[in-house]
Amino acid sequence: MKLSAKIATSVAASAVAVAQVASAGTLDDVKARGELKCGVSGGVPGFSAPDDAGRMQGIDAAVCDAVAAAVLGDASKVVFIPLTAKERFTALASGEVDVLSRNTTHTLTREASLGLNFTYYNYIDGQGFMVMKDSGIKSTLELDGASICVQAGTTTELNMADYFRNNNMKFTPVGYETSTQTREGFEGGACDVLTSDKSQLAALSTEMKVGPAGVTILPETISKEPLGPVVRQGDDQWMDIVAMTLYALINAEELGITSGNIDSLKAKPGNPAVARLVGAEGNMGELLGLGADWSYNAIKQVGNYGEIYERTVAPIGIPRAGSVNDLWTRGGILYAPPIR
Amino acid sequence: MTERTRIPLHRDPRVRAILVQVLAAVVVGYGFYSLFQTTVDNLVARGIQTGTNFFDEVAPFQIGFTPFFDYKLGESKYIDVFFVGIQNTILVAVLGIIAATLLGFFIGVIRLSPNWLVSRGALVYIEIFRNVPLLLQIMFWNFAIFLPTLPAPKNSIAMGAFYLNARGFHTPLPVIENTTDFAIWIALLTFLVIGLVMFARRAKALFEETGRRLPVPWISAAALIIGGYIFYLVSGSPLSFDEPVLGRFNFKGGGQLPLPLFSLWFALTLYTSAFIAENVRAGIQSVSHGQTEAALALGLSRKDTVNLVTIPQALRVIIPPTISQYLNLTKNSSLAVAVGYEELVAVWAGITLNQTGQALVIIGMTVAVYECLSLLTSFVLNWYNKRIQLTER
Repeated sequence: MKLSAKIATSVAASAVAVAQVASAGTLDDVKARGELKCGVSGGVPGFSAPDDAGRMQGIDAAVCDAVAAAVLGDASKVVFIPLTAKERFTALASGEVDVLSRNTTHTLTREASLGLNFTYYNYIDGQGFMVMKDSGIKSTLELDGASICVQAGTTTELNMADYFRNNNMKFTPVGYETSTQTREGFEGGACDVLTSDKSQLAALSTEMKVGPAGVTILPETISKEPLGPVVRQGDDQWMDIVAMTLYALINAEELGITSGNIDSLKAKPGNPAVARLVGAEGNMGELLGLGADWSYNAIKQVGNYGEIYERTVAPIGIPRAGSVNDLWTRGGILYAPPIR
Repeated sequence: MTERTRIPLHRDPRVRAILVQVLAAVVVGYGFYSLFQTTVDNLVARGIQTGTNFFDEVAPFQIGFTPFFDYKLGESKYIDVFFVGIQNTILVAVLGIIAATLLGFFIGVIRLSPNWLVSRGALVYIEIFRNVPLLLQIMFWNFAIFLPTLPAPKNSIAMGAFYLNARGFHTPLPVIENTTDFAIWIALLTFLVIGLVMFARRAKALFEETGRRLPVPWISAAALIIGGYIFYLVSGSPLSFDEPVLGRFNFKGGGQLPLPLFSLWFALTLYTSAFIAENVRAGIQSVSHGQTEAALALGLSRKDTVNLVTIPQALRVIIPPTISQYLNLTKNSSLAVAVGYEELVAVWAGITLNQTGQALVIIGMTVAVYECLSLLTSFVLNWYNKRIQLTER
């Protein structure tokens, strides 16, 4: 009886959660609430970490700021909910967050079986390995037999397993729940190597006692990690809004619109593409179910993609020029469909 | 009584009681059924796949600590991960229960010591470990004490063939060299044990007849150690030892008690022992002082008074609440996820759930495992409790 009662309770709890989700459109919910609930990691500098004032900063947090600006007209109307890798998908599926912007890799399994949709990428990453500089290790192929700290339940864990199996090497995983714990374990000597997406390795090394100078990020990149905001499946309008907001930020950079010059451009656009993006022409916002100044608000309050990158990711030591995260016009692969 | 006094069915209290119960069962059952159905419908509607098909898929990740299971990356399946998780949970629970019982008993007894310093010391111990959240204690020992103080593998603390470092404790492991010789040794040992059992019976008979007592435990222990070693040599030393050897990164070979397991075990033991100590104190204090006085008046020694009069009666009070502590310890082992020990919640309800997204099935199975472990523990201890209850005549 006890057993069946417990199962029934958990079943009941999930039933209630799912029933809630199935109700109204996310856009209406967000507007009615006056706030956007955004799931972030909350502990990765450059992506989402609180600043001195307690405000969440980073490229993942900026996406939510931009969506809030586009939908509600105010980038500060975001409630950030820190989630572990384990909690994130359930939190999104159960309606605990409206957008999941938590350095989440786009994969087939996630797209097809978890009831969620990936929109576009706000950062394109790849997995790497970090060792202490005094270990003298220069390549991942020297890691046979090593203990490796990893965040449990991530694609990182799977890539690592594949990579070592491919190269006929053995390893011992040391799985922690949060990336902060993986860093603590690595610093304390629970493992020889720390693996994660390279951007995270750079970010974590800034928090270490020895600092970025005391560690080596090995040159090999063993995976593709396209990271981007995720929404629930079955709400196409909301998915469009999140994707288009991200596209707007990228297009703004391409067209040279910044938070600084947008007001003057709005008054005198010149280029019709610019005019559409700043809301001086056309009815782009209306098509999405938003106000005419949706993209204006997002760019004005949060900045274009380049401004966001320079403010968030560049300071942790990952230069952008010529990398995959640069615009397609400058040798990168960031390419957004036209706003028209 | 005649037919006129027969009560109509709908007013018969017995029939009505049964009817109401059946009705209640049906309503509750339907409630559960409809909740379940709603969940399934909603999962389907949201495109979330659920089911047990993933059990037979190859698990795409590695598990570090699988002492009783040959886990092979690229061959083992998801369902193997489930079994590895159960084994690791049981391992830490059993280790923790044994250690917490011994330590708790010791602390509980010295808590009642007439020595002020000793009894206050025990009190401080209990109040500290009982009142600090367990998760905090686990993380404290692992991240604040063991990891920073223990050396890297290259500078391991060596104790003969035993090594201690930040990865854990490495021991030599016995390996059977020659199976025939080993069988001979085991056979000789069996004879020795049978002999000792017979000796113990004789000693008991002698005690009941004459009151003379032989030091049976000491003799048995000495016979086992000395006899065991002589037989080992006689049978041709059938074991060899696989010693840990320092490799490029860590020790290879031998046995290993990984640091996460050690931290978790350590914290669970300290925490639970504080509660058990209080149970022990309560149990001992529940035995009326008159019992001790009576035993002393009968001429029993202090030691016999405690062992034969106080403890057996105290156990009746100690055991029931201690069962709960054992269950708590087993369930608390799920906090292992904080230090990276690979028990059920970490590898099954954590990694596997996240890689497959099968929350409903996985959480259901995890709940069932804990439920079974708890019921099993209760069952065994309740049986023991019944055996030691005072037989009243």
